[in-house]
Amino acid sequence: MIDQVELVTGRYFDSVRLMQVTRDVNDVVGVEASLVAMATELNLRLLEEMGFDRAAVAAAGPDDLLIAIRATDPDAAASARTAAEHGLAGPVAVVGDGAFTTPSPHTVEAAARTNSANLALISVPGPHAFVEAIGALRAGLHVMLFSDNVTVEHEVALKREAAARDLLVMGPDCGTAIVNGVGLGFADAVDPGPVAICGASGTGIQQLCCLLDAAGVGVRHALGTGSRDLSAEVGGTSTLRALAALDADPAVEVIVVVSKPPDPEVAGEIERMVATCATPVVVALLGGGDVTLERAAASAIAALGVPATEWPAWTPDEPLVARPGVLRGFFSGGTLRDEARAIAAAALGPVAIEPTADGHRLVDFGADEFTRGRAHPMIDQSLRLDALSSAAEPVTGVVLLDVVLGYGAHPDPAAELAPVVADLIGAGVPVVVSLCGTRRDPQGREQQAAALRSAGAEVYLSNAAAAQRAVALIVEGSG
Amino acid sequence: MTDLASLLDAEPVVATAGVDLLADALEAQGVAVARAEWRPPPATAVEALAALAADDRRSDANRVALDRLLAVRPHLVDIVTARDVIPALTEGTFLHAGPPIAWDDCSGPLRGALIGAALYEGLADDVEAAAGLGPSLHLSPCHHHRTVGPMAGVVSPSMPVAVVADGAGDGIAYATLNEGLGKVLRYGAFDAEVIERLRWIDRVLAPTLAEAIRHAGPIDLGVLVAQALQMGDDGHNRNRAATSLFLRQIGAALLEGNAPLEDRAAVYRFVDGNDHFMLNLVMAAGKLAVDAAAGVSGSSLVTVMARNGTEFGIRLAGTGDAWFTAPAPVVDGLFLGGYSAADANPDIGDSAITETVGLGGFAMAASPAIVGFVGGTAAGAIGRTLEMYAITLAEHPRYRIPILEDRGTPTGIDATLVVRTGVVPQINTGVAGRRAGVGMVGAGLVRAPIGCFVDAVNTLAAGAIRP
Repeated sequence: MIDQVELVTGRYFDSVRLMQVTRDVNDVVGVEASLVAMATELNLRLLEEMGFDRAAVAAAGPDDLLIAIRATDPDAAASARTAAEHGLAGPVAVVGDGAFTTPSPHTVEAAARTNSANLALISVPGPHAFVEAIGALRAGLHVMLFSDNVTVEHEVALKREAAARDLLVMGPDCGTAIVNGVGLGFADAVDPGPVAICGASGTGIQQLCCLLDAAGVGVRHALGTGSRDLSAEVGGTSTLRALAALDADPAVEVIVVVSKPPDPEVAGEIERMVATCATPVVVALLGGGDVTLERAAASAIAALGVPATEWPAWTPDEPLVARPGVLRGFFSGGTLRDEARAIAAAALGPVAIEPTADGHRLVDFGADEFTRGRAHPMIDQSLRLDALSSAAEPVTGVVLLDVVLGYGAHPDPAAELAPVVADLIGAGVPVVVSLCGTRRDPQGREQQAAALRSAGAEVYLSNAAAAQRAVALIVEGSG
Repeated sequence: MTDLASLLDAEPVVATAGVDLLADALEAQGVAVARAEWRPPPATAVEALAALAADDRRSDANRVALDRLLAVRPHLVDIVTARDVIPALTEGTFLHAGPPIAWDDCSGPLRGALIGAALYEGLADDVEAAAGLGPSLHLSPCHHHRTVGPMAGVVSPSMPVAVVADGAGDGIAYATLNEGLGKVLRYGAFDAEVIERLRWIDRVLAPTLAEAIRHAGPIDLGVLVAQALQMGDDGHNRNRAATSLFLRQIGAALLEGNAPLEDRAAVYRFVDGNDHFMLNLVMAAGKLAVDAAAGVSGSSLVTVMARNGTEFGIRLAGTGDAWFTAPAPVVDGLFLGGYSAADANPDIGDSAITETVGLGGFAMAASPAIVGFVGGTAAGAIGRTLEMYAITLAEHPRYRIPILEDRGTPTGIDATLVVRTGVVPQINTGVAGRRAGVGMVGAGLVRAPIGCFVDAVNTLAAGAIRP
């Protein structure tokens, strides 16, 4: 065992730095104990307590540097001395270029402070969404609340807060919005244009955008309001505020309001507001088979004085062959499913929405029961693909499905769907697709349509047209 | 143009929290996006956070509490005997750091300090007898008596305490005089040398310094700390600049004092030889500030973070006298001489009062000399301070950090932000030996346990108005 005590004069180091050096020296193999410290009275006593010979440094004062090493052998002691010198000489280990990194923000309002945001897009799980959303509103941000599972009490509180601050809450459960041409959530790429949409439904807005796009009409804004906005509890707060703002925007020439049938009292308020709007307003309250997104789009186009257009369709080389059986629908868009159901029910009688129901049924794979713990079917198609691949039952008369394109959606849904569609066609089951997309959507609408058409499906841009075609095939097959 | 109209007038600038895909889609459109690195808060706090967020009285309450905290102007005015100003300090009563605790639950250093204090008070003649008294001692937290104590924080009736008064109000706070480092009572040491030093502090240091302070006039501790931050102190683990400034301020008064020359010289040497002398005074200044902020209904401002060596406890401005506690964490630190982590006691002391008022770990960026505690880089120290802005309500108007372009230190911890973000306060601190009598073994950094913040937020939420 070797004890080595050394005094160095004229070198000062801060105590924390010296504690680090001591730690480094202690880490040297063969070192039993060490103390690298300024020779203050405290440290000299520590030296003594550690069993070193204090007398060896009797002349030491607080401005002297003390290096004490106890090692198993001379080599270890020498290594330790080198380690001490290395620790004292070099700069403390510098990571990277020594520049500090700014910590990431953990709340939406903290994030907003870094880029002076004016809009918060919140998609955290429902139970957490209120805290982020109210934080954003209090920080002066408009809110698009993509999250679902937000309580109606919280929705009311958020919208009250927003109204008091002249802010807009889009949502909760708002899947789609377009603000000044920028798509938020699941949104299609639209040209700038004269139309503004205000709606409680994500895929309803998307379908309108696509139909208008097909007629060469652009969309300036599409403001989502949340599916409960027109209920009695919420009172249409966001719809009324959005309508007023859209009416005041001089670049908007036509407004389309799309919603499920509202609470009667709220409907009255919306009507009164619509009556005061200087801008023409098309109101489409979906639910009956006769009010379709197609008609709403046509009305808007007519209001603009643009010539009516035929909605695009892509038909396969081999015509579909009707067969007896029931209608089976596999949707990712709730409103698209509802519209198809209204059309089918008018012609065929009851149409179920439960995934295991007998008879005609149209299932929305974007419903809560399918999205808990997994991504929306517009992003992750696996559940729907599984269901489709077992759809070729004898009872199936027609398969109807939607494909929704746009920002946020799957980059190439047709690539996954086409083989399944081809199998169904091969098994003799006719397949009709409602393809919701614009010419500029990132997935390439024409390529998507071509792939599905090549697989043997009939493809329609208009969801109502697709539903009507599916119904016709059922009727023909049972005839 | 109204806010809503202006939203529709230009491309939106977006902040996101949640699914990355949606932020990606915006960036694909060339839109500026700031993403929050959102993470879910503890499940047991979700409802409480929502209830508190909904109650808009809270931001006003926090503003009131924060204004009171920042309005305090701490001045060192005197040194007196504890029993003369703290009515609870009757014979057999001892104050201690942290939340309330019984003798049976006391850790080694707190027991050691209580033994030492019992000897100092003459309640027992030897260590065994003093230890035997333990269960019969009446223990009370310093924080309940306008007092703070570093480490064990033991205050006994005949100890001298510094008096810190509010120059802008009528508040007052007390702290013992710092004994130095190594084997000292506050780290749980109690041998004859420790007791003798305490007697010297009472007999010589206190009266000599008190005379100098009265002669020099009230010493503005706020200004002194603000200067010390500019000179590399953090106000908790490093008080070298503040101690030096203090000596400059009282130097002439000490020279002109009436005490024997050797006493005045000894006092000067003692303070000069103890880089932590100012710690206790900085703590008392902090106590003055948080006491001013206490008792604001509905406020989620943290007014106390304190540890007794067994439990870590916090109090909020809006939850009255309640303590919310969790097991005291172990300090991640550097150790003296032959000591190691195995010798360390769990976190102890009222000194986290400094972090509560924007100093210590929150002012780490000001103190490049002690970056050894945070991985050894100045960048790391700056990063730690920047992180704390996520959980604080203000930037301190007077405590400023040169390297951050004189930005004010992150001040005024909001318990709801701690729970919401998962960013917990970081505390610079000393480490006491686990066994009674050992004393200081190291220093380092510790993170406050989130559990007590969750409990505090739940209690606060019970009084919130729900939507």
